[in-house]
Amino acid sequence: MYAALFYFIAGLTVIGALGVALSTNVVYSAMSLLAALVGASGLYVFLAADFVAVVQILVYVGGILILTLFAILLTHQIAEIQVSNRSVGRLPALGLVVLLGLAMGAAILRAPWHVEPLAAATPTTYGIGDSFLNQYLLPFELASVVLLTALVGAIVLSRKELRE
Amino acid sequence: MQQFADYLLDEGILAGLPKSLGYALVIAFFAFVLLNFIMLVAGVTSWLERRVWARIQSRVGPNRVGPQGAIQWLADGIKNIMKEDIVPTAADKPLFKAAPYLAMIGFFGAWACVPFGDGLIIADLNVGVLYITAVTGLVVVGILMAGWSSNNKWALLGGMRSAAQIVSYEIPAAIAVNAVIVLTGTLSMQGIIRAQGWAPWNWFLFDNPFTFVAFFIFFVALLAEGNRTPFDLPEAESELVAGAFTEYSGLRSLLFFLVEWGNLYIIGALCTSLFLGGWQTPHFTDNGFVLGLVQFVVFFLKSYFLVFVAMWIRATLPRVRVDQLMSLCWKYLVPISFVNLLGAMLWVVAFPHGFLPARLGMFLFGIMVTIYFLMRVAFHLRRARPEMSWNPIA
Repeated sequence: MYAALFYFIAGLTVIGALGVALSTNVVYSAMSLLAALVGASGLYVFLAADFVAVVQILVYVGGILILTLFAILLTHQIAEIQVSNRSVGRLPALGLVVLLGLAMGAAILRAPWHVEPLAAATPTTYGIGDSFLNQYLLPFELASVVLLTALVGAIVLSRKELRE
Repeated sequence: MQQFADYLLDEGILAGLPKSLGYALVIAFFAFVLLNFIMLVAGVTSWLERRVWARIQSRVGPNRVGPQGAIQWLADGIKNIMKEDIVPTAADKPLFKAAPYLAMIGFFGAWACVPFGDGLIIADLNVGVLYITAVTGLVVVGILMAGWSSNNKWALLGGMRSAAQIVSYEIPAAIAVNAVIVLTGTLSMQGIIRAQGWAPWNWFLFDNPFTFVAFFIFFVALLAEGNRTPFDLPEAESELVAGAFTEYSGLRSLLFFLVEWGNLYIIGALCTSLFLGGWQTPHFTDNGFVLGLVQFVVFFLKSYFLVFVAMWIRATLPRVRVDQLMSLCWKYLVPISFVNLLGAMLWVVAFPHGFLPARLGMFLFGIMVTIYFLMRVAFHLRRARPEMSWNPIA
């Protein structure tokens, strides 16, 4: 039962990811992204990472996917694709993909996979909060400052110039 | 719910079945019961809402089907099921058909964490509050999808407005919740309710001035997230026909309305669990069944009172403009909620075990505000009576 559920969720993730890459309609890509993100959140549940799973949905589906869709819907005639960068053809790309696939396949086959028994779901929230505010306080604060800078930068770039 | 499933597997009717199959059966059973409960709540709310508006606006409202029109919602449902399911030729068919179900999934998922009583919850997740906030985000995707796939100007505008509104108002709502979370140190719905008491001065609403403010921020933000008047711009019928749902007919449009009215109860249930003591009752009997029933009734009445307040607001206030909507969120609610969260944290540092005089003081303050409000209402009712007819037909 667990295995069946796992393969269902893993399949959802992979098919969603394939849909993102292969779909010719950008809106369909975004909807496949939804499937991939929800599937990834399901995989986190299998790893007994409840907080990460929920935050994955909250941030990626509730925030980033919505904003992506927003941008897509606001863009005029986004369904007609005009590939502007054709300097490198499809054949070299295929070669690169095959090479990369070989390398990753070799890595997967050679890796010493460490199999653990199914972990009991223990609350992770307390541990995450505790390490953020004790052990990793400085990196946490630095990340906040970086994000704040990005926010201010986005506003500066996107606002209309006010002229006296 | 897991204890119940284990009991059924060990001694009850499911004894002897494989464990995973038994769990799956129990989950399916509870999903069925919950779905029926939701239909009932949403249906009755739809009828009650129309009656309440009618009374507030000196109209009659639906009163033909059943006593006082009480099964009007059933008639509406059957009518909508029998109607033709029209898909516009220019619409994007798969997305158009899938959109109501996506909204339904997000809405239905949230009910898994609604605590109706001590132990009467589908799944008491360790991250319950966060889970409800996250899962209801799927409703937005459904609405955006409906708006885009309809291939209709109004639908698209409605979908965009809905997305912008929900994404913005999620921020003050989430920060307002944090004022409660710093008090309890848990995200579980049952944990938050257990940290409160049955008496109103033990509710988090009156715990300290900051949670008092947080309650109002949270309620307003949830009203906006639920697309309720005064924030119902996504389906503003005077501008956008019916917003994102313009092209939908029959059962699919019914699903969207189900989500809207059911969401109203979720709003009430969330506010009740976080701020109004949830199902907490005095422990007056050792009979577990009676106690559970009373807890369920207490929880239902508290949350339904908030649903009633939302109806009331909808019948009273006009719709805000888009710019007013955004400035209310970003210029007022977000800064206030941040300052409020800081205050709540300082309060917890100063009084780690609560401060009873502050609670009683806040409770008295709440009573005074209520009395003042009732006096204002009574004053207006007394003055309005000569011109107002309680029975518009006579």
